[in-house]
Amino acid sequence: MIEIPVIRWGKEYKSLEVKDVYHFSTGEPVAKVHYANGGIIKRDMRSAQKARTILRDIPISELIDRVAKAADYYENATLPIGDGMQTPEDFARQQSSTTGLPEHMCKGNMSKNSFVLRNMGKILDCLTRGLPLDVLSRGWGIEDRGVVVSYQAQSPVLGAVLPSNSPGVHTLWLPVIPLQLGLVLKPGPQEPWTPYRMMAAFIEAGIPKEVFCMYPGEAEPGAALLESCDRAMIFGGTPTVERYKGNPKVQAHGPGFSKILLADDVVDDWEQYVDIIAESIYINSGRGCINCSGVWASRHTKEIAAAVAERIGPIEAKEPDDPEAALAAFTVDGMAKAVWGMIENDLNEDGVTDMTAQYGDRLVEQERCAYLRPMVIHCESPEKEVAKKEYMFPFSTFVECPEEQMLAKIGPTLCGTVITNKPELIRAASDATHIDRLNVGPIPTSKLNWLQPHEGNIIDFLFRSRAYQVPEEMLATVS
Amino acid sequence: MSSTESPAADLSALIAAAKQKLDAQTYEIVQWHFHDSTGSPFWLEKKSELNFDPLTEVNVFDDLKKFPLFEDEWLRGGPIRRWVPKGLDGKPTYVFETGGTTGIPKSRMVIDDFRIDYEMFSKTLPDEYFPPGANWLMLGPSGPRRLRLAVEHLCQFRGGICFCIDLDPRWVVKLIKKGWMEHLEEYKKHCIDQALTVLSAGHDIKCMFATPKLLESLCTGLEEQGKSFADSGITGIFSGGTEFTPQWTRFCVEEFFGGPPAESGIYMTPTYGNTLMGLACSKPVTAEEDYKISYYAPQTRAATEVVDFDDHTQLVGYGETGRVKLTTLTKEFFVPGFLERDEGEREEPFETYPWDGVSGVRPFHGFASSTTVGVY
Repeated sequence: MIEIPVIRWGKEYKSLEVKDVYHFSTGEPVAKVHYANGGIIKRDMRSAQKARTILRDIPISELIDRVAKAADYYENATLPIGDGMQTPEDFARQQSSTTGLPEHMCKGNMSKNSFVLRNMGKILDCLTRGLPLDVLSRGWGIEDRGVVVSYQAQSPVLGAVLPSNSPGVHTLWLPVIPLQLGLVLKPGPQEPWTPYRMMAAFIEAGIPKEVFCMYPGEAEPGAALLESCDRAMIFGGTPTVERYKGNPKVQAHGPGFSKILLADDVVDDWEQYVDIIAESIYINSGRGCINCSGVWASRHTKEIAAAVAERIGPIEAKEPDDPEAALAAFTVDGMAKAVWGMIENDLNEDGVTDMTAQYGDRLVEQERCAYLRPMVIHCESPEKEVAKKEYMFPFSTFVECPEEQMLAKIGPTLCGTVITNKPELIRAASDATHIDRLNVGPIPTSKLNWLQPHEGNIIDFLFRSRAYQVPEEMLATVS
Repeated sequence: MSSTESPAADLSALIAAAKQKLDAQTYEIVQWHFHDSTGSPFWLEKKSELNFDPLTEVNVFDDLKKFPLFEDEWLRGGPIRRWVPKGLDGKPTYVFETGGTTGIPKSRMVIDDFRIDYEMFSKTLPDEYFPPGANWLMLGPSGPRRLRLAVEHLCQFRGGICFCIDLDPRWVVKLIKKGWMEHLEEYKKHCIDQALTVLSAGHDIKCMFATPKLLESLCTGLEEQGKSFADSGITGIFSGGTEFTPQWTRFCVEEFFGGPPAESGIYMTPTYGNTLMGLACSKPVTAEEDYKISYYAPQTRAATEVVDFDDHTQLVGYGETGRVKLTTLTKEFFVPGFLERDEGEREEPFETYPWDGVSGVRPFHGFASSTTVGVY
């Protein structure tokens, strides 16, 4: 069994608090993970500036090249993890075994991470809107149009409190190393795999190990990390998002409540959109914040729901190593049952219909885990309790709502796909500040363009644009 | 008898003697609390609800199982006098309240128990690191708390003068509930500032009580001033609670203190207890034993047992995990079995404490997520 230590600026640290991580269905221990106490993190962060200093000695262009090499190592190499070695196949199997995600989805997420690493230069170019990257390195420089600009790093490192149940979120912190900031991660208790493998790939590709910290643990190290990093990300539920709202040091990622809106000018042709609706709901087992959890239209909602239910309702729970497996297991004891209980309660309301009822039981309980099969729920109006709910499995409501009320009633929406040709609706959706990523036209909510920001531009989060004036002779040195 | 059998036989004798003392204490205390002339109104009233007569049917410690579990909710609200045994009427009486609760607090009356408990605890402190006559810093909760007065008494008993800070744990709990984390941080800083000020004022403080969180913050505060903890002059620390884990201890010893006591000259000892019982002491905590912390109650005044999660009348085997059950047996206060909010592993008796101990104390898994621990 692999033993995974705490990493303190590249050095292994064996804690006296060690927890086993178990296989979700067999109950076998898969790894022993050393847990960090909060004090260690606070103490280590006092020397965080060193990480930035080390990385600033390597030009960003060189870091981008190394990160691209890391993509290959991450995807194809046998890499060290703790006291063992890990092939890509081991990785997918191990990640699946503790998170409940089917193995082929774990492999899919590997490709996604590698894609981002390989395209880092292009991604940074887009996220910085073409800024010469040495401006970020030096803190100031001259734009192509001859104007002095300054971007000041707001923290020498990025901290991240990562989730256990969504291995897809890791793309968000990957740009940090080429931006010359250290990486301080608290892996999710069931998902140490991606952070550790990614660190190993980075180191293999020539990124100095002294810029990484890994602090496995539960709540305490998470709180310590958020307290001691000047810029940090956290992934959680609505209460987490609410708690950190307005805190400039913390970017909180919560439920997406992503939606598809079918406008009156296209809704009569709804059959053409069933595929993208179904894909948006079930892809990656519906676990992502970018998965669709609400389809809104003024008419035909029941027919659309029935068609989508016919497509995804029959999906069965399968073994995690089955290449056809489309559902992730709920690995936390009692959680699937509790979620099912909440949904059952919502189904009692008048005007709410379970369109997947005819495709068999939704709750599938096994000895050590449980599954929830896809659910399509029709709501006669947006006022129904279930209308804006989101769960960690393929689940979507289909809400009947007059087009003119839709934008006002959909609530916060991470990915909003608005299918229409009406300029006034496109303009209104463009202006709607409660929609984060806007897709105009039949684009699945789950289809991301990595060249665009996600839930805020990481450059804006990590760097601050500010005034910077220098004498003419200094200008000459950088132009 | 061979020489190798001797220590075991000695330990068995010690265990038997300790058990006998506990039985005798049980009998005496039950007689006291349930006799009309000496008992408290609370227990005398409770007696009528029992289906047995404590005066005749409780003779040994095991007989305490006949009582229903003690419910700490009984301590919420007054009148506080109902807890004062008639036999102690007229003595100056304190009321101590439990930690960070809001609303009507749970109260416990005390006359001398806190002094006796801490005087017993004092005997376990090595003079080398807790020099008699040294002044102390109490870096913990103030207000109507037993701990505040108890630490001050411990210091005075050892011949010193105790400096205290203002710390209102109820405000801390409110800050957490409101999610005002920045205020929480500022309040913590405010507490540490008070401690740093006292330490910088030339009072020759050599010993302290601190909660784990505050001790960590104090060490950090000193380092931010360019000093080490050793520069504070403090050589003896006692702390406590479920956050006082082996890993945390090792972290402090290795990274804040500069090594084990023999090397750094700084000694830290954990304790376990609450307002309901006295103070359980630990076996010496050493790097050789991976900083394992094993607590032993101050028998015969109190006892801890590690019991089955589903049946509190059954002890778990040595080394096995169970819920911590407390029993308090003093003339001031009687607790015939209270299930603590903690769990841990049952530990074997040894020469110093020839009765059961508990190690690995942590919040009970059954409601760990709903319990706020170590808020200050």
